[in-house]
Amino acid sequence: MLLTNADVRKVASLARLAMSEAEIETARLQLSGIFALIAKMQAVDTQGIEPMSHAQDMAQRLREDVVTETNQRELFQAIAPQVEAGLYLVPQVIE
Amino acid sequence: MLESSLQQLGSALRARQISSVELTQLYLDRIASLNPKLNAYITVQPEVSLALAREADARLAAGNADTLTGIPIAQKDIFCAKGWLTTCGSKMLHNFVSPYDAHVIEQFNRAGAVNLGKTNMDEFAMGSSNETSYFGTVKNPWDTTRVPGGSSGGTAAAVAARLCAAATGTDTGGSIRQPAALCGISGLKPTYGVCSRYGIIAFASSLDQAGPMGRSAEDLALMLNAMAGFDERDSTSLQRDKEDYARDLNKPLDGLRIGLPKEFFAEGLGSDVAQAVEAAIAEYKKLGATVVEISLPNSRLSVPVYYVLAPAEASSNLSRFDGVRYGYRAPEYGDLADMYEKSRAQGFGAEVKRRIMIGTYVLSHGYYDAYYLQAQKIRRLIAQDFTEAFRQCDVIMGPTSPSTAFKLGEKGDDPVQMYLSDIYTIAVNLAGLPGMSIPCGFGENNMPVGLQIIGNYFDEARMLGVAHQYQLATDWHSRAPQGL
Repeated sequence: MLLTNADVRKVASLARLAMSEAEIETARLQLSGIFALIAKMQAVDTQGIEPMSHAQDMAQRLREDVVTETNQRELFQAIAPQVEAGLYLVPQVIE
Repeated sequence: MLESSLQQLGSALRARQISSVELTQLYLDRIASLNPKLNAYITVQPEVSLALAREADARLAAGNADTLTGIPIAQKDIFCAKGWLTTCGSKMLHNFVSPYDAHVIEQFNRAGAVNLGKTNMDEFAMGSSNETSYFGTVKNPWDTTRVPGGSSGGTAAAVAARLCAAATGTDTGGSIRQPAALCGISGLKPTYGVCSRYGIIAFASSLDQAGPMGRSAEDLALMLNAMAGFDERDSTSLQRDKEDYARDLNKPLDGLRIGLPKEFFAEGLGSDVAQAVEAAIAEYKKLGATVVEISLPNSRLSVPVYYVLAPAEASSNLSRFDGVRYGYRAPEYGDLADMYEKSRAQGFGAEVKRRIMIGTYVLSHGYYDAYYLQAQKIRRLIAQDFTEAFRQCDVIMGPTSPSTAFKLGEKGDDPVQMYLSDIYTIAVNLAGLPGMSIPCGFGENNMPVGLQIIGNYFDEARMLGVAHQYQLATDWHSRAPQGL
């Protein structure tokens, strides 16, 4: 499969990773090598095979819909990059 | 003391022949003198460890000690431990002091073990050489110009250099077994779901599993007894009765059927590794085992399948690192999207970004069926190969890694070459089976070789017994690197 710089740029944007043009070029070359390795999968006939999403065949456990966590806002916000009045600060989103 | 087993250390502590404070100080002194050379630890907090040792001594004096009470254990820096810097080897978490304990850490605390420090690792556990760590590469104690393997490379080096009594690792595609092999120690990845993933910084959730690393199979059994257990906070934690993983250590091997996958002894395997593994199989025959050739025909696809599934899960798991609630935030940015993009670009290293990109791509619109779904289908074929194989044998053996420890920087610029170093370990994670590595000799340049033992689901106790019987008959596991 041939990746273009435009493909890489799009993926970087979806992944929220800022990349310079030089980095995009390097990434394209390395990702192309990795996708050549991955391409070996395509020749396998998997018709009728059930996808395996998990190592154990298990059902999701359910629990009562009750509060289990205590409020630890101060503890958790002590390690945040920027907080004010108990809120996480980010650049303004709405004008 | 440094060569004592966990059982012996526990006995000495309970008999008050040594105190936990003395034992902890012994290791802290060794870390202070040898860590600058090996870089096995990212964080040590001597005062915190010694305080834990004093608590353990009080418990020992009161006579209510557990097997591991007072024993200094190192923790891979992927386990959140309250009050400890928990970096996962990344700049993204360079300042993250965890506000809570992982379930595994809680279990060690309950047992009264002393947290000796946090060990170095590949960034977010993505790597096979420990060279992707933001905190610098770890050196292999057998030859400091070589890699220790990864991602649990700091743990492997710390155990090999006697910088802890035992330690923890995690294994998503071989991250316990491969470094154990390259550093000449023992390591076990349990069946998926045996140890809780709660508080382990997530890489690929359907594959991640914690396990013990130590100097012998016997030590691993005692460690796993402490680590395993149901935890409702991990949605895939298994509800099973508590078991004693040491129960089969002394079981003779008469009649044991060992399966040798022909695919593991084919092209690509180093002749020095093959020789050591074959000698180990010969030793097992002497101990009463029989050998049967088996086939894992789809195992050759495990690397491509893994490099779709693991990055896909990683790209989702690592989306939480956005510079808002914890971790790194870029110093300068414009709007919100710019803040995300710059924080992530600056906070993640090259390999992590590469995997996020692969994962984002294979999950993106139009490619899902061709990559993700196809990989999940082949994952089932790989798992079915093992089911078939275990009809003919009790355990599967082969090499852990195709070569011994390579030179630092040797595979630096070629991700594909690095990925292929996990060719024998990855299938085990995809199937969710338990796998371990034990030392079985030395190869080129006198570097350690690991024997991989793969068991059926929940067969850890048997595997540990199989490994222990070999370690009673041989002394590879007790060899230590000299001249550090």
